[in-house]
Amino acid sequence: MKAAIILFPGINRERDMALALARVTGRKPQMLWHRDTALPAGLDLVVLPGGFSYGDYLRCGAMAAQSPIMQAVKAHAARGGHVLGVCNGFQMLTEAGLLPGALLRNASLRFLSMDCQMKVERADTAFTNRFQRGQVFRATMAHGDGNYFADDATLDRLEGEGLVALRYATPQGEVTAAANRNGSARSIAGVLSPNLRVLGLMPHPENQVDPLIDGTDGLPLFESLAENFAAA
Amino acid sequence: MTDTPALLDPARAKQLAAEFGLKPDEYDRVLAILGRTPSLTELGVFSVMWSEHCSYKSSRVWLRELPTKAPWVIQGPGENAGVIDIGEGLAAIFKMESHNHPSFIEPYQGAATGVGGILRDVFTMGARPIANLNALRFGTPDAPRMKRVIDGVVRGIGGYGNCVGVPTVGGEVNFHPAYNGNPLVNAMTVGIAPADRIFLSAAAGVGNPVVYVGSKTGRDGIHGATMASAEFSADSEEKRPTVQIGDPFAEKLLIEACLELMATDAIVAIQDMGAAGLTSSSVEMAGKGGVGIELVLDDVPQRETGMSAYEMMLSESQERMLMVLKPGREAVAEAIFTKWELDFAVIGHITDTGRITIRHKGALEADIPLAPLESEAPLYRRPTAETPKLPVLDAASVADPLGPEAALLKLVGSLDLCSRRWIWDQYDSMVGGQTAKRPGAADAAVVRIEDHSRALAMTTDCTPRYCLADPEAGGAQAVAEAWRNLTAVGAKPLAITDNMNFGNPEKPEIMGQFASAVRGMAAACTALDFPVVSGNVSLYNETEGRAILPTPAIGGVGVLEDVAQAVGLALAPGLDLVLIGETRGWLGQSLWLREIAGQEAGAPPPVDLAAERRNGDFVRGRILAGTVKACHDLSDGGLLVALAEMAMAGDTGATLLPPPAALPAHAHWFGEDQARYLLAVTDGAALLAEAAAAGVPATRIGRSGGEALVLAGGPSISVARLQEAHERTLPALMADG
Repeated sequence: MKAAIILFPGINRERDMALALARVTGRKPQMLWHRDTALPAGLDLVVLPGGFSYGDYLRCGAMAAQSPIMQAVKAHAARGGHVLGVCNGFQMLTEAGLLPGALLRNASLRFLSMDCQMKVERADTAFTNRFQRGQVFRATMAHGDGNYFADDATLDRLEGEGLVALRYATPQGEVTAAANRNGSARSIAGVLSPNLRVLGLMPHPENQVDPLIDGTDGLPLFESLAENFAAA
Repeated sequence: MTDTPALLDPARAKQLAAEFGLKPDEYDRVLAILGRTPSLTELGVFSVMWSEHCSYKSSRVWLRELPTKAPWVIQGPGENAGVIDIGEGLAAIFKMESHNHPSFIEPYQGAATGVGGILRDVFTMGARPIANLNALRFGTPDAPRMKRVIDGVVRGIGGYGNCVGVPTVGGEVNFHPAYNGNPLVNAMTVGIAPADRIFLSAAAGVGNPVVYVGSKTGRDGIHGATMASAEFSADSEEKRPTVQIGDPFAEKLLIEACLELMATDAIVAIQDMGAAGLTSSSVEMAGKGGVGIELVLDDVPQRETGMSAYEMMLSESQERMLMVLKPGREAVAEAIFTKWELDFAVIGHITDTGRITIRHKGALEADIPLAPLESEAPLYRRPTAETPKLPVLDAASVADPLGPEAALLKLVGSLDLCSRRWIWDQYDSMVGGQTAKRPGAADAAVVRIEDHSRALAMTTDCTPRYCLADPEAGGAQAVAEAWRNLTAVGAKPLAITDNMNFGNPEKPEIMGQFASAVRGMAAACTALDFPVVSGNVSLYNETEGRAILPTPAIGGVGVLEDVAQAVGLALAPGLDLVLIGETRGWLGQSLWLREIAGQEAGAPPPVDLAAERRNGDFVRGRILAGTVKACHDLSDGGLLVALAEMAMAGDTGATLLPPPAALPAHAHWFGEDQARYLLAVTDGAALLAEAAAAGVPATRIGRSGGEALVLAGGPSISVARLQEAHERTLPALMADG
């Protein structure tokens, strides 16, 4: 798998993401600068990492979505390329129009740093096929603005077309209000594009890839990608 | 250009000197050094450099007593932070620093800029910061403004640390009415650098460019160091303009840009602009290098128009660094800072005059000889008065009003022992992907070093109520507890940073607390091979004449060769519980005595440093041998609280053997004797035999399993009830609206 992570000023989980990708591919991903205007040829996966691009001083992800390289990322997605956006990266994807909806301030109005559990709604994508449908896995969440919002028509369409990838749930897989700490609409934690090749999610599966650090609950996501692009 | 700056009128100068916090005899020294009346800028430079905050004039004579050397110490006190060798060619760089006064005036920004300042102290030496910790002391939540202070401080620490992407992995919090008018916010940063690539602050090379990088200079924080060197009064709210505003986004860019430049060979010396901003950084860099420095302030990046030389020299605007570059490397450096969208300006050069000269708009604004600014700086051996020794409290003389069950439930829900989850849920503890033991998982935080198996263990500790009762014993206890917490995860304790928070040093009883605490700390550091490599002193922590509890907060750092060796405190079923160390039932100054019996009385528990060493070395040996499944040191609340904390963390109960008949039961369960650990092991008999062979007191106290703590012949206390009592306190207190 040829993967690249895009560096925006203020992002801070690029190293975590690089470690997760290196763990499944055996090599470090390329790091690209936000002022670049083209992606290297033959990339399988573009990753928009977590952090506080431009300090989140405007809407989260809004400035980064206007970066020069985002035109190339949009072209990559339009060609059917895969894009993963995590946390601030998810916010960038919604701001760039690559995914619908928006991420609002957490319902509690506080930054939330804790474990959450996510239920896998689709296990037939390049991001999730090493999970079972309905499987629940644990991940770190660390965000102030992770409250997914879209209008009802959009939410109905996402659910109708099967584009909800992940939902907050209890460890037993029940989708409850208590398990939905940031208040996301319909407990949505992760959203897919119609071609299933762009995934945005708020929690950080890249922090659960090492048994010596915090377990390997997030590893199947990266193994799915590596397996999907094994030939490449 | 003229040869002399525009001087103040002598009478006006004398009046201003007093307003700036200079004592009359200190101002006389200024006149003697200059041989004339100062200019406004010169008076500003002297007053901040000679403030308690920058000069340590009351504390330095005592701090010299602290041991600062060990074979693994690369850099002790005197630089921006301390540096120790942690093996494999790596160095750990760390320091703790207070931001007490600003955090009371403006809690969010005070705490946030405290985190920003300590981060800069660490990355200015070449380290990538890998962890933040803190030590917080608040008043009682019903005190005026206190909930707003608690909320603002926690949000500020999170707001800054989360954004810069350095995990906040540990800390401690106490509540006591003595902090009602003067909370403490001590922030600690730990970073990692190659041991042979440490950057220092001594300027060198006549003609070398002096370079300013980072954010622009504004009028914020002018005279912040002076404010931090005075007692509080009712008008402290009016001092809000002296508090700085933090920009963690700029700090993140500054970290990346500085580390990128440090990978080249362009830098001669570098220092952050912290307290007293451009003044202290330029004076200290030139002073340490034994050179002179000339600054041209017209070239300082400015956020506001019409700033005077005085304002620019005294501003404490955040996220700024001062560097001396090798000749001809300006372009390399500028390209890096431009890439990161930060200001870069050459604002002067190094001279051979031994003086600092400051020019602005063609005029000379200041011309001060550097050597006497340091050598003639005031240094006080202030009078001390010893704290009277308190009598030892006889445990048998204190009746137990509640019994163990009610006492335990009350204690685990009390302010000083309740769950800190409400706080740490607002701090990103995982960013970086290396946090192996996060808050609540172990006695110390454990963070692995990227691309290595090696990990650092880190903790902050102090028990201020012990320090008030007996500052010497309390000072020793703070160091011993930090050493114990590192030991309890399996780490080898290496060194500490200290943050000395005390009241007004001009009062003999306060200066006596300070001197005694240092004496106790020094004894513990020596006995435990645990030297001090950096630190910070915060005095005048008083409001309306009432001092805080003496609070020498200790930040300890240790190393584990392999992160897989680290143990946590969560109990699992089917294990023998073995208590290491001697239990005498010491109730004086215990939390049980305060919370259950309603007394703050008696001498605090004595610290037997030989026993600390022997017991701790034994425990660490067993952990590294792989036979210990969980470990927790005994501190606040004693044995039963420690066991309850292990049970709650692991959702596992335990069945306990009867307490020894020789002690009152409440003294056995809740006494706070030192040098003790509770271990959970598969083979208790083997551990007891090993302890006996090592001459270490060890007692099997029970076995883990079930859903409750079952006391012999006594109550069965469900873990769920304990958790409920433990978890509800802070959320209920801080409920929004």
